[in-house]
Amino acid sequence: MGQTAVFDQFDPVVLARIQFAFTVSFHFIFPSFSIGLASYLAVLEGLWLKTGKSVYLDLFRYWLKIFAVVFAMGVVSGIVMSYQFGTNWSVFSVKTGPILGPLMAYEVLTAFFLEAGFLGVMLFGMSKVGRRLHFAATCMVALGTFISATWILSVNSWMQTPTGFAINANGQFVPAGSWLTIIFNPSFPYRLAHTVIASYLTTSLVVGAVGAWHLLKDRTNPYARKMFSMAMWMAALVAPVQILAGDMHGLNTLEHQPAKIMAMEGHYQSHPEGAPLILFGIPNSAEKRVDYAVEVPKASSLILKHDLDAPMAGLDTIPDDREPPVAIVFWSFRVMVGLGFAMLGLGLFSLLARSRRALYDWPLLHRLAIAMGPTGFVAVIAGWVTTEVGRQPYTVYGQLLTGQSHSPLAAPAVAVSLMAFVVVYFAVFGAGTWYLLKLMGQPPHAGETEPPQNPIRTAGITPAPALDGAPEPAE
Amino acid sequence: MAYNLDLTTIWAFIIAFAVFAYVVMDGFDLGIGILFPFFAVGEERDQAMNSIAPVWDGNETWLVLGGGGLFAAFPLAYGIILPATYPLMIAMLLGLVFRGVAFEFRWRDTRHRALWDVAFTVGSVVAAMAQGMILGAILQGVTVTRSVAAGGWAYAGNWLDWLTPFSLLTGLGVVAGYALLGATWLNWKVEGTAQAHAVRLARVLGIITLVAMAAVSAATPFLDYAYWHRWFEMPGILLTVPVPLLVVAFGFSFFKSLALGSERLPFAIALGLFLLGFAGLGISIFPYIVPDQITIWEAAAPEKSQLFMLVGTVVIMPVIIAYTGWAYWVFRGKVGTHGYH
Repeated sequence: MGQTAVFDQFDPVVLARIQFAFTVSFHFIFPSFSIGLASYLAVLEGLWLKTGKSVYLDLFRYWLKIFAVVFAMGVVSGIVMSYQFGTNWSVFSVKTGPILGPLMAYEVLTAFFLEAGFLGVMLFGMSKVGRRLHFAATCMVALGTFISATWILSVNSWMQTPTGFAINANGQFVPAGSWLTIIFNPSFPYRLAHTVIASYLTTSLVVGAVGAWHLLKDRTNPYARKMFSMAMWMAALVAPVQILAGDMHGLNTLEHQPAKIMAMEGHYQSHPEGAPLILFGIPNSAEKRVDYAVEVPKASSLILKHDLDAPMAGLDTIPDDREPPVAIVFWSFRVMVGLGFAMLGLGLFSLLARSRRALYDWPLLHRLAIAMGPTGFVAVIAGWVTTEVGRQPYTVYGQLLTGQSHSPLAAPAVAVSLMAFVVVYFAVFGAGTWYLLKLMGQPPHAGETEPPQNPIRTAGITPAPALDGAPEPAE
Repeated sequence: MAYNLDLTTIWAFIIAFAVFAYVVMDGFDLGIGILFPFFAVGEERDQAMNSIAPVWDGNETWLVLGGGGLFAAFPLAYGIILPATYPLMIAMLLGLVFRGVAFEFRWRDTRHRALWDVAFTVGSVVAAMAQGMILGAILQGVTVTRSVAAGGWAYAGNWLDWLTPFSLLTGLGVVAGYALLGATWLNWKVEGTAQAHAVRLARVLGIITLVAMAAVSAATPFLDYAYWHRWFEMPGILLTVPVPLLVVAFGFSFFKSLALGSERLPFAIALGLFLLGFAGLGISIFPYIVPDQITIWEAAAPEKSQLFMLVGTVVIMPVIIAYTGWAYWVFRGKVGTHGYH
């Protein structure tokens, strides 16, 4: 057992947590793009039908090829997630199955099949079903991605703010009262709004970066101009809305999960006469203080309680073994907020450029937009880490400890599977990302082809043209 | 109580239906992955790939429904079977990842097509083998222990308990069976040398699959749990006697239909063989969900959960079936040599 004995020194629960965090973070990247992109495609096709301008149709086809690749990777990484609950978190599954199982089953029935059903028509059916029906199919796919997000975020929100349950003799959570109480649990509306807006913002940053890239090469390209302009409108309008939604989500968290807010704010100590807003610093969990803190006195009370002198409890009111890991939550929250304000800055910069009629002629703006291209993904993952790590040490907040949720597995089993996931994901999704970047590097042009001429794929993902220039087989 | 009993039984049948739908639908496209190296690079492989390109993704959605349905309707079984077969589950998922992206990437990156073709085959073989071994692991029984802390019962074995000669046998049986489905599907959907190839493979695979079914059936009574009580005593014998007789009859007609050059009948008969095998498993296991430890009623979610889902399933499932049938109808007939890509 020499080889596997190495792993015995690791805690299988920690390994299982790393594995879940790894697989869900990888997975989350794809839907956070495809939710926004599906809506963008619906807008492009709608504008084409309304105005008849071919620029919208060509942009639609350009982004449709990219959507197909993103959706493919979302599907295969998503199948893994639907089994991770049982493989690594079997006690959690047994106990929450009666409540969360039906919500996830509804996600499969109402969202996955809707997406699968209409994706084929969306990708290949333009010539088969006519424009209006095709537009309807595109809208259905966009609706499917939204329904999917709704169910899975309801599940996630219930884990954060569980309601409408009783606990039976076996210690299982069972539904009590209305299912609406379970589905519309207290944090769900805020989390749904914040996440869907994040997806739109992420998409607008990617579209903006691709537009900016092609503007730097040829500022007269009408397709690059159109996509850049649309993306910058979106960023300028949605970034402030997102900051507002995030603030409201934060107030909701303060009400239901105060320890998470304490960790986000770095408030080790209670502040009876107004808490400072710590902008930066290094959380020191051993000494229970934030070292080198740069702080604004009483600003935290102002933001969270709308009162400079409002008292705020700190982590000193929470037993040590019920505290979330402060440093991770503290930092991930600052990464998310910092990037959020950078996105707002980009939006404002674009408004300035627009007002000077220099939107397409200001290379600094274009370079900034390219740099900001991937930041939506970083912010989404950082926000996800903030809310999930901030939920610790529970899987069902206040009810079920993470340390009591895991499968009865030995460390070697979890360690080997974790390594397998890391190797396979980096290889497979690395290749996929490279193919995506190659597609995005091709300048959008007039007469963009539909994915394949012959509608072969119904429930799957269309192949984009081969990247190395090999001609596609003729019909 | 009688009402609750019915609801749980209905859910057992719904999950069984989803699993069967998955097994036969993803079965033939996994089978094509398994057989891929036997087809020539170029037109033969492209035809084979194109024949399943429209449907494989929809096929795989049934796996998510089967897993999600088990989690929702029988959470205790989900929480026991998945840890009990942990390395197999992980291998299956990773196999499906490789195979799913290989479908797309082989068309996008023609320089590395050979590499993605290997990923397609290896991923398909691993996924099929893992699924077959999961079946064997469940049949041979898993060690469970009473545990209130774990929600009633918990898996109590080691992480390699599933690895036995029996589970290897069921694994190979499923690989052979999926390959049989794949070969007969190709006989129906492709032309030329690829079809001739498929027919030759189908003959060999028909023999291997029947031998594997016989071997698994012969080994099953010797497992810890006394399956033979169910098989050879009243009233079970009324059900068990017709199954092997039908398998023999199906076997004869399978080879006859191949010899006569029928294109659709061999695939239909292969589906029939799977249905008989599935029925045999049902007779062996029902009403247990973890043989012979936990019944469907012990593993069931509360009535309120099962009822809430049933309402949605009754409304939505027919729509899904209608769509799936339509998708297959749209792509009826031979795939053609030019392909779709």
